[in-house]
Amino acid sequence: MADTTVAPAYGPTEWDEVEHMPTSTGLSNVKITMWAFLGSECLLFGSLISTYLLDRNKPDLIPGSGPKASTLFDIPFTSVSSFVLLMSSMTMVLAVSAIARGNQERTRLWLATTAALGATFIAGQVYEFTVFYREGLGYTTNISGSAFFTLTGFHGIHVTLGIVMLATLWYLSKAGHLTRENAESVEIVGLYWHFVDIVWVVIFTVVYLIP
Amino acid sequence: MNTEAVAASPEDVNTAGSPAEDHGSDHGYSDWGYIKIALFLALVTAIEVSTYFIDFGSIATPMLIVLMIVKFAFVVAVFMHLKFDNPMFTKLFMLGLLGAVAIFIPVLLTFEYF
Repeated sequence: MADTTVAPAYGPTEWDEVEHMPTSTGLSNVKITMWAFLGSECLLFGSLISTYLLDRNKPDLIPGSGPKASTLFDIPFTSVSSFVLLMSSMTMVLAVSAIARGNQERTRLWLATTAALGATFIAGQVYEFTVFYREGLGYTTNISGSAFFTLTGFHGIHVTLGIVMLATLWYLSKAGHLTRENAESVEIVGLYWHFVDIVWVVIFTVVYLIP
Repeated sequence: MNTEAVAASPEDVNTAGSPAEDHGSDHGYSDWGYIKIALFLALVTAIEVSTYFIDFGSIATPMLIVLMIVKFAFVVAVFMHLKFDNPMFTKLFMLGLLGAVAIFIPVLLTFEYF
């Protein structure tokens, strides 16, 4: 009898060992969806970054209506925030590694550490926004401020949602619902978390560091 | 990009099919391998920040862009496992990423940002 087995389009990977429902591609639909979502997010943040770059030095409609965002940047402070978010990517990948080994305690430890680092980043952003506001730059003060707050605010919302997802995973692990068999959920949240990190890598360089 | 340059020693890279041990993962790198890459990325960040304190002249902006791309690529390839994962995921992500570059660079050029 002829072998009717259809060869996969790509070679097997170690992630194929993760159990999921059979799909037409042989790949996890959830993971495909997440990567497609992250691809679309590139377009969202691309538009926000471009808008800021175009608006940051535009003359004010009302002259003297407050400082430009770039004149208020505290680079040493933002550098620490960037470092914190970068390290949260490391702890996230360690959480994914731990759940793949079935190590629940390590998984919870790294998930909690990642969430704490994310919360530290958000606290820094709230502080930065507060300082800007006290210096006279509100959301509607001028077009530079609007573009800056929209860009960094959208990123902050993404980080906050990531923290909620991490806390949910921590709870599921504590309740015994997160096992090696459904480790993919940690990987999916991890993909989202790393994405918000790489978006900040771009924002930090393009918005804060490049003159 | 050669991500092996950072974590190339045998104990850092797990081979396919090796048993998942306490210090290893079955996703390409061991925990120590990931930590070494994170330290490398922290070093890159420190170099980036140094451009604020040291005047690098006209090379500052190109240098910052290159360092940004290095950090971006390492996180996507290693931490997000695209290097080890199915190429379909890379294509999906690149569709969005390159699409954004293809759209917004012309937008910036049109409005004479550069």
